[in-house]
Amino acid sequence: MLAYAAKRICLALLVALTVSIISFGLLRLSGDLAQALAGQSSTAADVEALRKAYGLDQPLTVQYLEWAGKVLAGDFGDSFFFKEPVAAMLAQRLPVTMLLGASALTFALVLAVPLGVVAAMRPNSWIDRLALTLAVLGQALPSFWFALMLMIVFGLTLRWLPISGTGTWQHFVMPSIALGYYATPAIMRLTRAGMMEVMASDYIRTARAKGLRMPTVLFKHALRNAVIPVVALAAVQFGFMLGGSIVIETIFALHGVGYLAWESITRADFPVVQAIVLVLASIYVVLTLLADLLNAFLDPRIRIA
Amino acid sequence: MTAEALDSAKILEPSPVTQLRRRIFGHAGFLFGAIVIAAMLAMALLAPLLAPYDPYDQDLARRVINPIWHDDGKWAHPLGTDQLGRDYLSRVIYGVRISLLIGFATMIISGVLGTALGVVAGYFGGRVDMVITFLITTRLSMPVVLVALAVVALVGGSLTVVISVLGLLLWDRFAVVMRSATMQVRALDYVAAAQAIGCSAARIVTTEIMPNILNALIVVATLEMAHAILLEAALSFLGLGVQPPLPSWGLMVAEGKEYMFFSPWLITIPGVALFLLVLAINLLGDGIRDITAPENRN
Repeated sequence: MLAYAAKRICLALLVALTVSIISFGLLRLSGDLAQALAGQSSTAADVEALRKAYGLDQPLTVQYLEWAGKVLAGDFGDSFFFKEPVAAMLAQRLPVTMLLGASALTFALVLAVPLGVVAAMRPNSWIDRLALTLAVLGQALPSFWFALMLMIVFGLTLRWLPISGTGTWQHFVMPSIALGYYATPAIMRLTRAGMMEVMASDYIRTARAKGLRMPTVLFKHALRNAVIPVVALAAVQFGFMLGGSIVIETIFALHGVGYLAWESITRADFPVVQAIVLVLASIYVVLTLLADLLNAFLDPRIRIA
Repeated sequence: MTAEALDSAKILEPSPVTQLRRRIFGHAGFLFGAIVIAAMLAMALLAPLLAPYDPYDQDLARRVINPIWHDDGKWAHPLGTDQLGRDYLSRVIYGVRISLLIGFATMIISGVLGTALGVVAGYFGGRVDMVITFLITTRLSMPVVLVALAVVALVGGSLTVVISVLGLLLWDRFAVVMRSATMQVRALDYVAAAQAIGCSAARIVTTEIMPNILNALIVVATLEMAHAILLEAALSFLGLGVQPPLPSWGLMVAEGKEYMFFSPWLITIPGVALFLLVLAINLLGDGIRDITAPENRN
């Protein structure tokens, strides 16, 4: 287990390092930073002074190392647009996105796991077919369009829910559904496949043969083993949801990191974009690392292979 | 063997062609997908003949006319007109060209990249595999929509830029699937036999391995094409994809958003078109998987 964990952690660190180099490159690709900092009405001397002051005349490797050192200390530089520290902006917005991701994932799990279990109990029954049909339809639904449809029905026509803003828990209902439904097909299929495999195993037959009641067999014996891969998938899906939040938050004007990313991209505020890419990628790396370690801990076959 | 015995053998075991035909016509999803895609392809190819108007022609006197199922709808514009007075039916018809072009071109770029990486990793294993697995992991950790938006914002939005960016971002699933498929095939006896008679790695990959992982490749290719179409629509919807006045379905939804309350059909129509196309491609992919490899059906 230790050897596997060490190997896996090394890989995660290497990936994080590569991602940091890519996001560093993103800001450099955006053009002459000194010029961007100085603004339109600056003289050549101003630009040169800024170049010196910010160390932009140094070799790229030196610049990267300085930048990376600051990032590790929690300093992502200043926003071009607001001239405030990016770290403070992120700290303010990140909780909203985390909350959105968590409620979207909860929605997906609450819908997908029971459906998957019921579908596996009765393969080829109407409920199994219904679940598979929902999965196929769900996977083809464009999330931004689904979000707008929810808005038209529940926001504009029925007036049950607010269509934009961050104030109350009601503001999170439609965004969570719009963000979460996309993960349900994958989770449902995996739960179904896992349950079918487990239900065919010997220990379930033993449990049933010794006269345990069906609910006990289902929840205590079968589901516990079937959800192991689902936990890993849920972690990965949570990472994807944080990335996908950019579309949903922009539509619902939910003041999270995704909306900030879109706003920053449209006003060419690249230090903020760079920081968001780096933070979201790092969260994904940590999540997949934890999921892999958890899986290896629960299932010894993974760490030996 | 007598004629009678031959006949009974036929009855017991239908010819492979008959079996295939039965599987195709017994698979409702595949049929639906194939028919819708054929119709969409026809629409894309025959767009100038089918579209009643030029999709770019503005007529400010005829703005936001309701479609035909409203009381004041006019047959002159069956799906109505948009906020600039452009015929909506014509724009929807021309829009399928953009979606199909982006889906197909992206799928080719990411497919070539991902398949090359996946097959090389699966065939050579060891360090090569480690490096490529690392590349896949790194790619997966980058948030696709965010990176694509940022790059488009830097370089400027156009059809070519969107295709290149998506093509360079969406190769991961090709690589993952091709890698494991190649590993499986590589362990089989006929690959060992080919190595024993001295075939080169390139020859083994092209003549022994590729034909046997083609099924999986086609399935991933359809899924990724659908994925690319959805992503283009999302990018265009956010204003950082295909640029106006091109009739991209995602862009049409974005343009109709302001009129959402009084003219919701401005966003429902292109959305339904997008949904149908993606659904058809996914069903076709699932169908190909079921038909070519019935033992993998779940």
